[in-house]
Amino acid sequence: MNERALIDDEHYEHTLRAEHTEIIDRENIVYEKPGTLIDIDMHYCPGCGHGVVHRLIAEVIDEMEIQSEVIGVAPVGCSVLAYNYLNIDMSEAAHGRASAAATGIKRVMPEKYVFSYQGDGDLAAIGTGETIHTCNRGENILFLFINNGIYGMTGGQMAPTTLEGMKSTTSPFGRDVATMGAPLKITELIAQLPGTYYVTRQSVHTANNVRKAKKAIRKGFEYQKLNKGTCFIEIVSNCPSNWKMTPIESNHWLNDNMLPFYPLGDIKVPKNGGK
Amino acid sequence: MAKVKGDIIIDIEKCKGCELCIEACPQDSLERSRQVNNKGYLYIVKVLDNCTGCTNCALVCPEGGITVYRKTETGKKQIAKIDNVTQDMNIEVNE
Repeated sequence: MNERALIDDEHYEHTLRAEHTEIIDRENIVYEKPGTLIDIDMHYCPGCGHGVVHRLIAEVIDEMEIQSEVIGVAPVGCSVLAYNYLNIDMSEAAHGRASAAATGIKRVMPEKYVFSYQGDGDLAAIGTGETIHTCNRGENILFLFINNGIYGMTGGQMAPTTLEGMKSTTSPFGRDVATMGAPLKITELIAQLPGTYYVTRQSVHTANNVRKAKKAIRKGFEYQKLNKGTCFIEIVSNCPSNWKMTPIESNHWLNDNMLPFYPLGDIKVPKNGGK
Repeated sequence: MAKVKGDIIIDIEKCKGCELCIEACPQDSLERSRQVNNKGYLYIVKVLDNCTGCTNCALVCPEGGITVYRKTETGKKQIAKIDNVTQDMNIEVNE
């Protein structure tokens, strides 16, 4: 940081006005915002992982060219307005019932790609029953489960996935396992069900993990055409506002505390490699 | 070795100043601005001219506000092209 402060004002002003070189050209683009992501400002807090996941979904849809064949179901939670940002058909479900709504959509239109986008309070707390039974029936839908260990939208209350000893507004002295129970690893839980086909846990806190998460989401969409069962992708994410940290601190905290308890990687993969 | 040169354009009105791209940049070429944008955030600017176009900043940006450009200046003429390495490998050699 000290070294950066040495950049003097004159140089700084110069860089702001720096003319674009010949590299800035349409044919040299290696990365740009996907077309399926609508070009408006998101309401998420600075540094929130939801924006990255929205962008990855849009990238996968653009790459597979299935924009007109995808139907998403938005949850209740921070991502309740996800339909404002993705230029696809989307539906809104009651709190926790996104998997039930997605089941109905998929059964009526089995040729469509259907996914539900849910947070941990939605999928693992109020919608536990719907989630487990949808996975047990083996509906051919894709779950995108964003786990940040807290209720983000309502102000940082304790969620089922809150870590042991982690402070929240309803566990101000840290989560006590004796009275509040242990954190729920719902991804491992549903991986035991016979209806699930592909279960994995990813994160988006570094560039490398973003690349891996994108591959997982792409697999989740591709496996839907096989009609073999439910795909479930958990994405461990951060919540800088309710963890009371800066975005960079929250990513370090996620790496040091969340990932040892929620280890990344595939939990259930198709036996024949998804062929 | 081919010289790789990159550049980025940051949409400063979308930027919320979370600084994740500063952390992700292996070249340390990004820096926080001293002015605020219309939202009131200190946006991010590129201050050094050593970008390689690795796309790390764009991958971690939650707002999708970074566009990355990359140009490879090859000194020698391309004589062979290998593609589809993951499946059946296909090699074309230019005469």
